[in-house]
Amino acid sequence: MSLVTATVKRDLLLAARNPGEWLNPLMFFLMVAALFPLAVDPDPKFLSKIAGGVIWVAALLATLLSLDALYKSDVEDGSLEQWLASGESLYVLALGKALVHWLSSGLPLTLMSPLLGLMMALPDEAFPALLLSLGVGTPVLSLLGAVGAALTAGVRSGGLLLSLLILPLYIPVLIFAASAVYHAGIGMSYNGQIGFLGAMLALSACLTPFASAAALKLNLSR
Amino acid sequence: MWQWLVRLYHRLGSPKWFYEITGRWIPWLTVTASVGVVVGLVLGLLYAPADYQQGNSFRIIYIHVPAALVAQSAFIMMAVAGAVFLIWRMKMAAWVARSIAPIGASFCLIALLTGAIWGKPTWGTWWVWDARLTSMLLLLFLYFGVMALQRAIESDDASHKAGAILSLVGVINIPIIKYSVEWWNTLHQPATLTLTEKPSMHPDMLVPLLIMILTTYIFFALLVILRTRNEVLRHERKRSWVRELLES
Amino acid sequence: MEFNSFAEFLAMGRHGLYVWLSYGITAVIVVINVILPVMQRRRFFKEQQQRLRRERRNQTGDKQHASST
Repeated sequence: MSLVTATVKRDLLLAARNPGEWLNPLMFFLMVAALFPLAVDPDPKFLSKIAGGVIWVAALLATLLSLDALYKSDVEDGSLEQWLASGESLYVLALGKALVHWLSSGLPLTLMSPLLGLMMALPDEAFPALLLSLGVGTPVLSLLGAVGAALTAGVRSGGLLLSLLILPLYIPVLIFAASAVYHAGIGMSYNGQIGFLGAMLALSACLTPFASAAALKLNLSR
Repeated sequence: MWQWLVRLYHRLGSPKWFYEITGRWIPWLTVTASVGVVVGLVLGLLYAPADYQQGNSFRIIYIHVPAALVAQSAFIMMAVAGAVFLIWRMKMAAWVARSIAPIGASFCLIALLTGAIWGKPTWGTWWVWDARLTSMLLLLFLYFGVMALQRAIESDDASHKAGAILSLVGVINIPIIKYSVEWWNTLHQPATLTLTEKPSMHPDMLVPLLIMILTTYIFFALLVILRTRNEVLRHERKRSWVRELLES
Repeated sequence: MEFNSFAEFLAMGRHGLYVWLSYGITAVIVVINVILPVMQRRRFFKEQQQRLRRERRNQTGDKQHASST
């Protein structure tokens, strides 16, 4: 337990000391969303229909950006080997890492999303759905992404490979989250979609750390 | 006059002289800016008549327009300072450029936020993709890019050079971006209601605006000076004049 | 004056929220931009003065050792 808490604390401290780490993905998030009105049509009637989807795609891409660095420094400075040698639970460690990632990526994204909603002419009724879907969905993105990061840690240009691996896994989250926001916008119920996201969160929280742990061990055998 | 300016420019290039000269300027700038703000806002908030179409919400102009002007010219100043550094290797120029970035970005943010807030009673929504606001948003992205790049590079010299290069590329791009955004805007919005109707502005509305614009530039200069002095101190901390300063 | 009472001034003819929100946000951002460099300067002075004191202590320490040997 102590290794995990030490790692989590250290990573949070690093993130706090290095604001670029979590600010840059936020700026990317904002910029990607801004691209759509510029590229297609800034008419609010049009934007309001695609707002939820665009914001979610932007959140997805911003998350992918920040995942690459998750295990990178640990591989480079040998912390990873120390973890394995310590005999402590890699499962809990992976969970802790995913938590830190969410705190420095998914949570800021979620908190900033209303701003993007304003810019994308999101219907008023959809804002709670946006926050809820991001709040429940981004941890799933972090958990799944952590598996990808563990698999590609130490691989050259692993970032792009990571995106290729994880995007298919993200699609169910995207579908249900964007659907929730859209249905909220047209005044329909979206409980089912949020429920599915919740189920994905529960499942990924339980199972992905196994995969991450296995992937980390694999990396060390190289 | 010209000779005096050239001499001033060279003196400002020396960190020690910059620190001393600007130290004398700070009280004056502070007083002038404070007086300017008070006069400008009293005139603008209390004495300027309400706009025929927009009512009292137009009073936001006294912040929005000065901030927008400063944000845009600050980027140009930052690029010029960066160019001076790249061409003549004047360290002070690099430090000035670095100081301008966060301040220019702050004014850009103010312009953006006040523009959006102004849009709500005027157009009914908190955000509209009109040419001016969109250009301001892109300018903010450019500012963030320069700031993020500078902070990502560890070596001081490389960081300043990289920031200078990016600022120059950005400054050349600004007219291109503005033009393309305006062109894009005409495709989508047949008649843009401009927030500021400059030619037909009543002098009672215009005078406070001019005062606020001038005051904001003075204030901007003050902020840049404050930040740059810190950069000077940080970089020159081993020198004897800084030592004397610390021990006094 | 355009406003007959302070209440009217605050209300800004239905637009009070927008006007004061704008001025408020501006005030906050401006204050931050003034406070940050001032704090930075103070921190610098404090750190550097500590450094100088340490150096002076080490110097006298060396002198003491030099004189005792």
